[in-house]
Amino acid sequence: MKSLFEVRNLNKKFGGLVVTNDVSISMAPGDRLALIGPNGAGKTTFINLVTGNLQPDSGDVTLGGENVTRLGPASRVHRGLVRSFQVTRLFQDMTPEEHVALAVLQREGHSGRMFGHYSGRAEVMDEVSAILDRLGLFDLRHLKVREIAYGQQRLLEIAMAMALKPRVLLLDEPAAGVPQSETARIEAALASLPADLAILMIDHDMDLVFRFAKRVVVLAAGTVIFDGLPKDVTQNARVREAYLGSYADAGSAA
Amino acid sequence: MVASLDRTIATPSFTRRMADRGVIGVLAILVAGLAGYLLMPNNLALLTQMIAVAMLVLSIDLVTGYCGVATLGHAALFGAGAYGAGIAAVHFGITDPVAMTAVGLLAGAAAGLVSGFVILRAHGLAQLVLSIAVIHLFHEAANKASGWTGGSDGLSAITPDAFFGAFEFDLWGVTAYAYGVILLAVVFLALQILVRSPFGMLARGVRQDQIRIAAMGASSHSVLLRMYVISGAVAGVGGALSAISTQVVGLDSLSFTLSAEALVMLVLGGTGSLYGAMIGTVVFMLFEDTLSAANPFHWLTIVGALLIAVVLFAPKGLYGSAAAFAGRVRRRPA
Repeated sequence: MKSLFEVRNLNKKFGGLVVTNDVSISMAPGDRLALIGPNGAGKTTFINLVTGNLQPDSGDVTLGGENVTRLGPASRVHRGLVRSFQVTRLFQDMTPEEHVALAVLQREGHSGRMFGHYSGRAEVMDEVSAILDRLGLFDLRHLKVREIAYGQQRLLEIAMAMALKPRVLLLDEPAAGVPQSETARIEAALASLPADLAILMIDHDMDLVFRFAKRVVVLAAGTVIFDGLPKDVTQNARVREAYLGSYADAGSAA
Repeated sequence: MVASLDRTIATPSFTRRMADRGVIGVLAILVAGLAGYLLMPNNLALLTQMIAVAMLVLSIDLVTGYCGVATLGHAALFGAGAYGAGIAAVHFGITDPVAMTAVGLLAGAAAGLVSGFVILRAHGLAQLVLSIAVIHLFHEAANKASGWTGGSDGLSAITPDAFFGAFEFDLWGVTAYAYGVILLAVVFLALQILVRSPFGMLARGVRQDQIRIAAMGASSHSVLLRMYVISGAVAGVGGALSAISTQVVGLDSLSFTLSAEALVMLVLGGTGSLYGAMIGTVVFMLFEDTLSAANPFHWLTIVGALLIAVVLFAPKGLYGSAAAFAGRVRRRPA
């Protein structure tokens, strides 16, 4: 299948430290890819390079055939490349309804309007209510973000991403910091995302990764050491080495 | 299709809706305006100046309170409006007060565009320093261009026409005051609509997290620059009102001191709220007027003490803290 999103030979150094080393990944519509790797492997840096929050030293990012490497974060969002954040970035004194409404208005090009309240626009409110309802946030829609639980804030991150109707969605640890009892809700939210959307997810929760991903990429010390099916990843020697160090041999010997 | 659509959306109370639409604010301005006229009939010039400065403080609130840009150079926008209206009257014979106000609005907006363009290049401390540079440059430009501005003597002989040929600008300043109250009500209503609009929401987002704004595909810089132009228009109207009512424009309207005092008034009243900006102006200027008459030597000391007290004990400002307190009382279960 033709690739929708392609990263070619991406490199980034911070001083002398190589954090992204010749990384290439491509995704097709409908992909469900998990990017995993030990702490410090460069996963979040990779996301920042792809979204334009950081500039790579070399390499290209293309989206739908267009090279977006030199574009800023906002222009990439316009072209359908949307991310969520590892640590929730929300507006503390706004409500969930305002967050999603702002995202919908922004997508439709109406966020610069200087008169009228969003609640007066039925088509906006219908969409906002539908998204909040899908993520179980409808009843909280008028509370301030700082008054709702962290797990609910994580769901709101996903809600905002959905409201932007992306073609490629990058989820940076969507379940980070969420109590075990609430991860099911987040999984359900991920499962309800449009089928033709390409999703790249970073996570540490291997259960979540294995249930969600159809493909796994493993990053270690900034380098891709595995790109394949989830069922093969645990048997891969290099992955075991990266995660377990010298204990990997001890494990296979046992 | 979606269950939520059937659920009724709770309608906010009548008072809440009226407050949101600015009706209550406009009524409060008109009532306060009338009260000022009845209580201080011999001091209408002060009250009119208070209204002019309130517009400057409101305009600072737009960029500082709503968007998070710290500035100590905002009088540049106010002074541009004052000189714009004054020069229009003295050099171009535009003496209709409404036309002078319109010129002030445009001059303020233009000054907002220029100073926003400069100030928004930087962030944090550098931004604050740039704003100080801007006010000094404006001040010096007005000082040097004395052929147009009267330099340090000020621009005098501004004689606005009677309103619609009927209401003269009298010695007691009743006409200017009434015009000021109406202007403030109109400006407040416009700003109330602005801050509730999608753009106002976007601006609050810019203040809180610019990275998130970019991740939504919006440009913080464009939001800030647009807000600076609007802010300039508001300050410019205030400057024009000052020129019309005092019939003179001095370099003090383009001063660092006025910029700093206006910022203090905003902090005193509470940032991020139109009411806070207006209340801060009224309290500060009444305080200044009363205390400087009662004790010409130590009034600044008392103003300083008041400020420290507010910052320490009511960090959200007079209005902000009162609103937060009222919110807590309302929520407490009966």
